[in-house]
Amino acid sequence: MRIISVFVSAFLLFSTALAIDSGEKFKDPELQARYEKIISEVRCLKCQNQTIKDSAAFLAGDLRVEIRRMLMEGMTDQQVFDFLVQRYGEFALYKPRKEGKTLLLWLAPALLFLIGALAIGFTLKRRMALPIDQDAPEEQS
Amino acid sequence: MWRYLIPVAIFGALIAIFVRGLALDPSELPSPLIGKPAPEFTLPELEDGTKTVSTADLKGKVSILNVWATWCVACRQEHPFLLRLAKRNEVAIYGLNWRDQASKANQWLRDLGDPYTATALDEPGNVGIDWGVYGAPETFLIGKDGTVLYKHISPLNEQVWQEEFVPRIAAAEKAQ
Repeated sequence: MRIISVFVSAFLLFSTALAIDSGEKFKDPELQARYEKIISEVRCLKCQNQTIKDSAAFLAGDLRVEIRRMLMEGMTDQQVFDFLVQRYGEFALYKPRKEGKTLLLWLAPALLFLIGALAIGFTLKRRMALPIDQDAPEEQS
Repeated sequence: MWRYLIPVAIFGALIAIFVRGLALDPSELPSPLIGKPAPEFTLPELEDGTKTVSTADLKGKVSILNVWATWCVACRQEHPFLLRLAKRNEVAIYGLNWRDQASKANQWLRDLGDPYTATALDEPGNVGIDWGVYGAPETFLIGKDGTVLYKHISPLNEQVWQEEFVPRIAAAEKAQ
């Protein structure tokens, strides 16, 4: 029992150390919320499957500092994202923008669903037109 | 009869896409800078901090900008090739020492040799961000007018040089 509690408390101690972003909080809570939202939507290019909020890579740290600076200077979220896309490309955004070539990413699921639905629809319609008691394979005709 | 071939064709197309996808390296991202003017910078020169290196130095000839650092293991692997390349005088080779310390970087060049016409020192890493650098070594090919023509991520070697750089340099030389 004691061992377990040691492990649990060690884990809890460790998990506080997991807060990667060591930067100071903004005084303005609204700005802080925007900052946190942005850094959780930007990919760490070095580690690729982490956001820069979660990554301890120095590049992620540098980008957090840059984003902090840009927000302090009064730039909009859009301007911050544009800054990143200009340098690192669309891949830097976890939520690709709904324009240009990334529009295809957003529309692809709906398009595929539509194609599938049409295919099923046509097949069913054709099959329902066949006489019910006909056993012969439909390819005979 | 032919309709049975449709799924086969779709399957074949998928296989082709997957094979292509497997051959791509997901860590090599296309640079949005290609075809655009090289990002402006003015940085102290590594060997002599009183001098500067800037975007203007890259212009007027075809040049490469090689991003390196002493903490970068693959840069050490790449270095002998850069030294050989420097001897051939095909392009001007500029260095961007990224997120590093001047003393360590100078020691590196003294120990291993210096292939660079000049090396810009970017200790805080801001210029690296402007150039979209995310992992050294990276090498940019810059045209005479200062346009970014190509970016290679991961170490240079003779094969990469012949396949990716030589044809583009030849085209850039012709284009004035």
